[in-house]
Amino acid sequence: MAGALVLVEHADGAVDELSLQALTFARELTGGEPVAALLVGAGASDAAAGLGAYGVSSALAAEDERLAAYAPGAWARCVTDAIERAAPSAVVAPGSNRGNEVLAHVATRLGHTFAANCTELRSQDPLTVVRVRWGGTLLEEARVHGELPLLSVAPHMVAATSANGAGAPAVEALEPALDDADLAVRVSEHVETTTSGVSLADAKVVVSGGRGVGSADGFAMLEELAELLEAAVGCSRVVTSAGWRPHTDQVGQTGTKVSPDLYIACGISGATQHIAGCKGAKKILAINTDAEAPILMSADYAVIGDLAEIVPAITAELRKVRSA
Amino acid sequence: MCVKRVPLTGGKMVLTADEQALETRHLGFTISPHEECGVEEAVRLIEQHGGEVTVLTLGPPEAEEQLRDCMAIGADRGILLEDGGEEWDPEASAQAIVAAITAAEEADGGFDLIVCGNESADAGNFQVGIRVAYALGRPVATGLKGLSVDGDRARCEQEVPGGRDVYELALPALVSVLEGINLPRYPSVPAKLRARQKPVERSAPERPESRLEKVRLLVPAGQAGQQAEILGEGPDAAPAVVEVMRDLGVA
Repeated sequence: MAGALVLVEHADGAVDELSLQALTFARELTGGEPVAALLVGAGASDAAAGLGAYGVSSALAAEDERLAAYAPGAWARCVTDAIERAAPSAVVAPGSNRGNEVLAHVATRLGHTFAANCTELRSQDPLTVVRVRWGGTLLEEARVHGELPLLSVAPHMVAATSANGAGAPAVEALEPALDDADLAVRVSEHVETTTSGVSLADAKVVVSGGRGVGSADGFAMLEELAELLEAAVGCSRVVTSAGWRPHTDQVGQTGTKVSPDLYIACGISGATQHIAGCKGAKKILAINTDAEAPILMSADYAVIGDLAEIVPAITAELRKVRSA
Repeated sequence: MCVKRVPLTGGKMVLTADEQALETRHLGFTISPHEECGVEEAVRLIEQHGGEVTVLTLGPPEAEEQLRDCMAIGADRGILLEDGGEEWDPEASAQAIVAAITAAEEADGGFDLIVCGNESADAGNFQVGIRVAYALGRPVATGLKGLSVDGDRARCEQEVPGGRDVYELALPALVSVLEGINLPRYPSVPAKLRARQKPVERSAPERPESRLEKVRLLVPAGQAGQQAEILGEGPDAAPAVVEVMRDLGVA
C-alpha cells in the first residue's frame, strides 16, 4: 500500500478523537508509512499542524468560506480533489455520521467500493478487512475489490496511538472546485435545544430499564436511584416502542451508544439490539428475575429478583451508607 | 419506501455452519428499526398531503410478509425484488433498486420522495440510499430525526450535539431516516386484512458480482462465554451492590 489519505474531522481546530483512531488504522494499512490528511472548514490548517504525532507527513487544508456550513457534496468534492492531488491507494475516514456520509458520496461519484465501520485489517492483497455488522454484536470479514478502496473506521474499536519520530506535517491549502450541485444540500439552519440533567452518552453511571419495569410510572424508582448517583436514565427499545420513555433515552443499536463506568440494566433481557448500545460500559450490573436471561452473559454482576423490590433497597442502602 | 427483511436476533448470535449467515431457523423476521419509522413517516406524509406509498424490498420471496406488514401500516402497494437467496453488496442493491424505481416511475409517474433507513440493521453499509439518489439525480439528506414537506420542498432535521441541523431539499429527493423520528403505530386487524388484498409486483433481477465481498461472519470474542457474578437474590443483595459501586468509585 503506497499511501493513504485520511479525512480528519475537527471542531474549529481541535481534532476529533474518532479521526485519531482513523489515522491509527490508516498507518496499519500503509505498514507504518506516513499518511496524508485532509481537513475541511475553518481552523483546518491549525488542526493539521498538530497531526505529526499521529504519523501525518502532509496535509491538505480546505478552508473555502463556502465550506462554513456542512454540505456533504462539498466535502465529497474536497475528498475527490484531494485524491487527485495526493494520488493515494486508499482513503480512510472516521466512522462518524459525516465520515460515513462523505465516503458514500465519494464512492458513488468515483465508482469505488466503500466498506463502512472497519475494525481490523486482515490482509493487504487482496485487501481484506473486518467490519461491523449488527451494531458490533457481529463482525464480517470482507474483501474490498477495486482500485481505490474507501474505508471508514468503526468508532472506539481501534485505540488511537501516536507515531514516533514524525515532525510537523507540510500543510498546503486545497481550493476545491465546488459547483452549485455540491452546495445544493447544506445545513441552512441550526436550532439549539436545551437539555437538562446528565447526558446519556457522557454519563459515568446509567440506570436503565426494560420491559421488566412494567410501565412508564415504574421508571420513578430508577430516576430516584439515578439522581442519587448523578446518573442518566436509559431504557431498551421495548420501552420506547411502548411509548413509556422518549427515544432519546434509548440505549441500543438504533439508539444511543453509552460508555459509563457502571451500567445498571433493570428488567432488560439483553437482546443484541440492546447490547450493541451498552457493550462500551466498563461494568454491567443486571437486575433480573430470570437467572437465564441473555443479559447475564454480557453482565459482570447480577442480582436475581424483582427490580421493584431491589432498586428501592439499593437506593435506601446508598442513603444509609452515605449518612453513616 | 425501501425496506429490508432482517431476523429478530434475540439474545445471542448463532451462525450457520458455513459462517455465511445467521442461523435463523428459530427466529422471526422484521424490517430494520429505522425503516419501521420510515414507513410510518411516509404514511403520515400521504395522510397529510395525499398520494400513495409504494414499499420496495430486495429479499427472499418470504419478504412479502414484511411488505404486507408495511401495507398494514398504510402503504398502498409493494415491489418485491427477489435476491435469489444471495447477499447483494451495497452497489448491487442500489442498482437493483434504481432499476425498479425507474420502471415504476415510467409506468405510474414519479415519486416525490424516496425514503430509506439510514443503515440496515444487519449489514450496516451506510450507502445504499446515497447511491440510489445519485443514480436518479436527486438531492439526498441522511440520518433524519425530523421531516416535513411544504409544496415542492422538504425540511429535513438531523440531531447534532447541542441541537438540530436543518437542510432544505428541493423535491423530488431521497432521504434516509433514523428510529425516533416518530413512534410507529400498531396496525389494526382490519388494516392487516386489507393489506392482504393490496398488489405486490415481483421480479427477479440478476445479481452482479460483489465488489464488497463477504468472506465470512464472525462472532466477536468475549460475547459468548461470560457469566455474571451473582451478588445475591432480592432486596437483601443491596449492601453487596453498594459495595460494588464503592469499589468502582461511582457511589
